[in-house]
Amino acid sequence: MMENGPDLVTLLWTTLAAFLTLATFSFLYKDNPLYKIAEHLVVGVSAGYFMVLFLWTSLKPVLIDRLIDGQYWYYIPAVLGVMMWFRFSKKLGWLSRYPIAFYVGTSGVAIPLYMYNNVNRQLSSTLDLTLGFGSLAHFWNIIIVIGVLTGLVYFFFSKEHKGAFGGAAKIGIFILMIGFGASFGYTVMARISLFVQRIASLEEWGVMLYTYIFG
Amino acid sequence: MKHKLRFAAVLLFLPLIFSPLLAQEGEEMQDGLLAEMQIEPPPQAVITVAEDMPNDGGHKLTVRWEFPKEFTSSVVRFEVYRAYSPDGEFVLRGESPNDFYEYLDIGDREEESPNYMPNDSSYYYKIVAVGTEGVSSESEVGGPYKTYGQWFHTGKVPLLIAVILFCIFTIYFVLSAKGGKELYIRPLAGIEAVDEAIGRATEMGKPILYVLGIGTAAEIATIASFTILGRVAKKVAEYQTSLIVPCYEPIVMSVAQDIVRSAYLEAGRPDQYDEDSVFFVTNAQFAYVAGVNGIMVRDLPATNFYLGYFAAESLLLAETGNAIGAIQIAGTDQVSQLPFFVVACDYTLIGEELYAASAYLGRDPLLLGSLKAEDWAKGILMVLMVLIILAVLLGWDAPREWIRVNL
Repeated sequence: MMENGPDLVTLLWTTLAAFLTLATFSFLYKDNPLYKIAEHLVVGVSAGYFMVLFLWTSLKPVLIDRLIDGQYWYYIPAVLGVMMWFRFSKKLGWLSRYPIAFYVGTSGVAIPLYMYNNVNRQLSSTLDLTLGFGSLAHFWNIIIVIGVLTGLVYFFFSKEHKGAFGGAAKIGIFILMIGFGASFGYTVMARISLFVQRIASLEEWGVMLYTYIFG
Repeated sequence: MKHKLRFAAVLLFLPLIFSPLLAQEGEEMQDGLLAEMQIEPPPQAVITVAEDMPNDGGHKLTVRWEFPKEFTSSVVRFEVYRAYSPDGEFVLRGESPNDFYEYLDIGDREEESPNYMPNDSSYYYKIVAVGTEGVSSESEVGGPYKTYGQWFHTGKVPLLIAVILFCIFTIYFVLSAKGGKELYIRPLAGIEAVDEAIGRATEMGKPILYVLGIGTAAEIATIASFTILGRVAKKVAEYQTSLIVPCYEPIVMSVAQDIVRSAYLEAGRPDQYDEDSVFFVTNAQFAYVAGVNGIMVRDLPATNFYLGYFAAESLLLAETGNAIGAIQIAGTDQVSQLPFFVVACDYTLIGEELYAASAYLGRDPLLLGSLKAEDWAKGILMVLMVLIILAVLLGWDAPREWIRVNL
């Protein structure tokens, strides 16, 4: 072994990472025991890890510590949390529905924000374009306006897509598909870069192994 | 006569002899005067007011001051200092250019933050005018100035009007639907295919996989998916097919269990309900994908539903489902994930179609009413846009300007 070469512990961990990478890639061929090992390992480890993470980053600092500090109104979420455990009781299982109802009901808070981001901003941005005729920029701006209007027509559910209305909806979905295509290509490129990263890590492992064995 | 001439010569030369000395002294005096003029501190700024920033939580103050304009060039910048009492420790809050007599003091609302600026508190300010030669002058301490948190953001009145209008539409249509009025919703291809997909799984004797995504139970897409799950579970119970619902979130799992149990009960087959059919996998995104993909390749479901909130796992799931030859119906409101579902699935509910599908299948007056209200809101929006665009093209820019300022 070279003096400045990798130590055994680093090599072992890197070998494990490389093994799991190859085991996961083996799924491309078909389901096999190696993939099953990798799958069960990642599912089990992640579930356990998230439980511990949740305990130390949420439950303790956000609830237990605050209760100890005397912030007694935190007993309300604590009680709601405990009520979730009544699911295991056949008699009192209905109690668990209250915290769920409370939790799901909080989604209503998002309505003003949703309205602002998806309606007001959209309207304002569409109208903020330089409208007119005679230049290429104007032409593209008109396309954007047409895209927004026909897109809205497509998502109009109270009328069947027939005749002129149906035609507008078709233009709308056509423009949406162009957008999806661009987005697809962009994301595939990002995924390829992830793949390249994994291959690079395998190469790194190979070099490390070679250095360790042959010095 | 000779003496007289000598005396005149001396008189004549005296200024010449002493002139360099005099000139030197004059220059020194001039330099001294200039130096005195340059090191003289700039005039004091006078704090006129520090106003609470409107429409915030009470953590911002705008400080304004006056300064003689003719001395602008003698000042490099203004430094703004703040204290909690007139004789307290003044802390530098920020700087302002030499020609700008205003500073917005922005604090944090978190108590833990070092920049914490409590709401409903008094503050004292002083302005330091930093001169060109580094000589500064301090203003008198101004204050107390108070911050106030506002309960209502006046800039959001248009938003309030929009929300109120939408609520009125929703209430009206919900009441209409409850009153028995038939509310039309156009058929959606993805939803029309649900029964066909469940029938196919029954014929093949294979299970149905239903993925609720990785959103929380409070996510709107997940809520919409719950409604569709109820309908699918009911059909599954009627056809006596098996259902697999792997969950990413424990609360989502709890709700899904209740929904599936209720659906089996509604179908008159409570004994057929298997509690283990709805289960928790893991809370880690890609581990969840690995788990669900494993289920797919081992149990070979005939039909896969991916309805809810999805992120980067969408293509990984849909691709595996495609590889095993399952009929796939997907739907999400996450625009960035829709392309993958469109590519790899047989039917895709695009964005709002997911909400429409839940209303269409559930036929619940609440859902139908809100969907109709959304349609009305969209209709008004379209008309508004067309009218404003026409106005702009005809040279009347006022409505657009109003939108630009207020929205």
